[in-house]
Amino acid sequence: MSKVIKLRKGLDIHLGGVPTEKLIEACGSDTYGVSPGDFEGVVPKLLVREGDEVKAGSPLFFDKANEEILFTSPVSGRVAEIRRGAKRKLLSVVVATDGKREGVAFKIPNLASASRGDVVGVLLASGLWPMIIQRPYGRIADVATPPKAIFVSGFDSAPCAPDLNFALQGEVENLKKGVEVLKKLTDGKVHLGLRAESLGVLNRVDNAEQHFFKGPHPAGNVGVQISHIDPIRKGDVVWTVDAQNLAIIGRLFTTGKVDMTKVVCISGPQVENPYYLRIIGGAEVKSFVMPSNIKPNEKGDGVRIISGNALSGRQVTPDEFMGFYSNQITVLAEGNYHEIFGWIAPRFGKLSVSHSYFSWLCPKKKYNLDTNLNGGPRAIVVTGLWERYVPMDIYPMYLVKACMAGNIDKMEALGIYEVLPEDLALCDFVDPSKTEVQTAIADGINLMIKELS
Amino acid sequence: MIAKLLRSVVDKVKPPFEKGGKLGFLHSTFDAFETFLFVPNTTTRKGAHIRDANDLKRTMIVVVLALVPALLFGMYNIGLQHFRAVGDLAAAGAIWGCFWYGFVRMLPLILVSYIVGLGIEFAFAQKRGHEVNEGFLVSGLLIPMIMPIDMPLWMVALAVAFAVIIGKEVFGGTGMNVFNPALLARAFVFFSYTSFISGDKVWIRGAGKGGEYIDGFSGATPLGQISENAQQALADANIWDWIVGTIPGSIGETSFIAIMIGAVILLWTGTASWRVMGSVFAGGLAMGLLFNAIGGSPLMDMPFWYHPLLGGFAFGAVFMATDPVTAAQTNCGKLIVGFLIGVLTVLIRVVNPGYPEGMMLSILFMNAMAPLIDHIVVGNNIRRRRSDRRRTLR
Repeated sequence: MSKVIKLRKGLDIHLGGVPTEKLIEACGSDTYGVSPGDFEGVVPKLLVREGDEVKAGSPLFFDKANEEILFTSPVSGRVAEIRRGAKRKLLSVVVATDGKREGVAFKIPNLASASRGDVVGVLLASGLWPMIIQRPYGRIADVATPPKAIFVSGFDSAPCAPDLNFALQGEVENLKKGVEVLKKLTDGKVHLGLRAESLGVLNRVDNAEQHFFKGPHPAGNVGVQISHIDPIRKGDVVWTVDAQNLAIIGRLFTTGKVDMTKVVCISGPQVENPYYLRIIGGAEVKSFVMPSNIKPNEKGDGVRIISGNALSGRQVTPDEFMGFYSNQITVLAEGNYHEIFGWIAPRFGKLSVSHSYFSWLCPKKKYNLDTNLNGGPRAIVVTGLWERYVPMDIYPMYLVKACMAGNIDKMEALGIYEVLPEDLALCDFVDPSKTEVQTAIADGINLMIKELS
Repeated sequence: MIAKLLRSVVDKVKPPFEKGGKLGFLHSTFDAFETFLFVPNTTTRKGAHIRDANDLKRTMIVVVLALVPALLFGMYNIGLQHFRAVGDLAAAGAIWGCFWYGFVRMLPLILVSYIVGLGIEFAFAQKRGHEVNEGFLVSGLLIPMIMPIDMPLWMVALAVAFAVIIGKEVFGGTGMNVFNPALLARAFVFFSYTSFISGDKVWIRGAGKGGEYIDGFSGATPLGQISENAQQALADANIWDWIVGTIPGSIGETSFIAIMIGAVILLWTGTASWRVMGSVFAGGLAMGLLFNAIGGSPLMDMPFWYHPLLGGFAFGAVFMATDPVTAAQTNCGKLIVGFLIGVLTVLIRVVNPGYPEGMMLSILFMNAMAPLIDHIVVGNNIRRRRSDRRRTLR
């Protein structure tokens, strides 16, 4: 076993509703959707109209800026609805399934002899290319720029995250195949970050360069792993792929068909029975998040369903669809209630990294956190706190201030290329001034793209 | 029950204060009082969906709590010093009597400080449409605690106004200030009304106010005495008094023990940086040791560990230097800034014949230097990133 990379900085938030190792086959959704909002920076152009017949793998829309990048249907059926929002913005393309699960048959080249171009062609045509994310900036990979390495994180350390070794059981051959595909795309290595001392499916993926990490969240974030394996510097391009998506890519190259089946978990403090569920990506949220499985909100009003984790996921309504990149649904109570004398009351049962609360007394206790902001937004006052939750060689406060000021040179010098908002999500959580750190980083990245393109 | 009743009252009173309402111009003020009573019902809209329970109110209240031991002892010491000075030894022996005497004299200072300071803060928050920042809850208590008890109230008011407006609001409010507001208030008095804050007549309540000192009583602080005549003062020194704090001085600074209780609270809750606090003491002791090694004058020969017990050293190290906004913001910078504060303080005390106390000026000086030190520390990180890049390109 190779060297273990130990991370001391970070925080495991013990959120209630951790999924139990119970896998349920979802009964299937009537409608599936692909939402351009899942893909940062994509301007969609439609390729279908309502009523069109599609198969799994048929293109639904493409990216205006990169016409070769297609977004395809996860199931076979008929385009039921083109959902639009304000100013006719395309929200999602909804496909009503016919239940036959027919897929477009793609011609799979022999990986041993195939050229990079052949492999890229299949990934683009099948609509799996968007699974490959490019850093810096966290956008869909640019076909023309080969990366210096490709990174896959083999574990998720976020609150209530799925155990990937459980979710991916039985997928080892697909994962290995996926790694072989990725190897075709880069001259560098394919790195796989694993949690030290865990043994599971992902440890058996031995054709990737394995690295072992020990420590609290965000150790499972691929960005953090990159910074410890081979940091991104100016001019570098690396790609990342989510482990579940890696299995889907492997499946395509094994069967020749797009099969978006993945295992997600339904978790969070408001979930009665948190468990794992096998669904087809893009399933309608209400088809597998059952109202009967959600606890009523006792203090406040309503619950929040999040596609992704509680730190950096996106809020969804039951009519929306499982996010393209997300492997979990988190359900939280809305914290829209008042609490008397919060600044001085002892407030037992509240989670805080500060010892002015008592949560340090029981570090293992699970907390049923809600969405209350727990204070009001203020200027940044407490310094030296964020640094404890970012296990990377950067000064988060200086980087965030550079982003807020829109100073391109400073952002670059301070490491904007190395981070995505999710890597600094814990700063959002711990800051007593309630600074929106993730938003600032996202704005900074957008500005970088705008100014430097 | 009570919470619900109170809530319904607040909800009933609230509408005219909403933005656009009849009293909308008082929105910030109303908000400040409402959030004082209740944690707001705001939910996260962007970023992380869950948030830590800690907020700035709680943070500031912890500092205020940490100040309480020094404040209570300061009140007691006001009475004690007064009764000793006027020769009423029976009264000086009565703890509650001393405390009550001090409490009555201290209260107006605190009230003036809070009313003037919070008044200005509210006005600025109102003007800017911000929520009122809690920073002044701490500054407002610190300011009277670092003043002599006989300071006229109008002077306190002026100093507070100066500190809040020139020290803080012109830079954009709490979190944006360069200098520690409380120390700025003290520096303002120090340079504008020097005779009210130095010498040996100001530290004890009563001199010239119908309570003349008894013959032979010196009202000077131990540090002042040492600076006057080190040999004599050191021979007479009672270290235990310095530690307990039954000596003349600014109201909050005298008791080493009470300040250390505050230090434990601050460090334990993680509110203050141990890097700054520890390195101030380390810097002071190191400089003291250096002077001990050089020797030559009674002041240089004074045992190095006397320094933290004397004057405002401990109070400054625990409550002033650790201000997260005006100290350095990088961990490495915090160590450097703290160490230099300690070094400068002892340097000023020993070498400067002009005035005995160096804490205030060295903290203010290092406040000014902190951004520069941070710049160098962050610059190292930037250079490392750049040189890494050259390596990978090669």
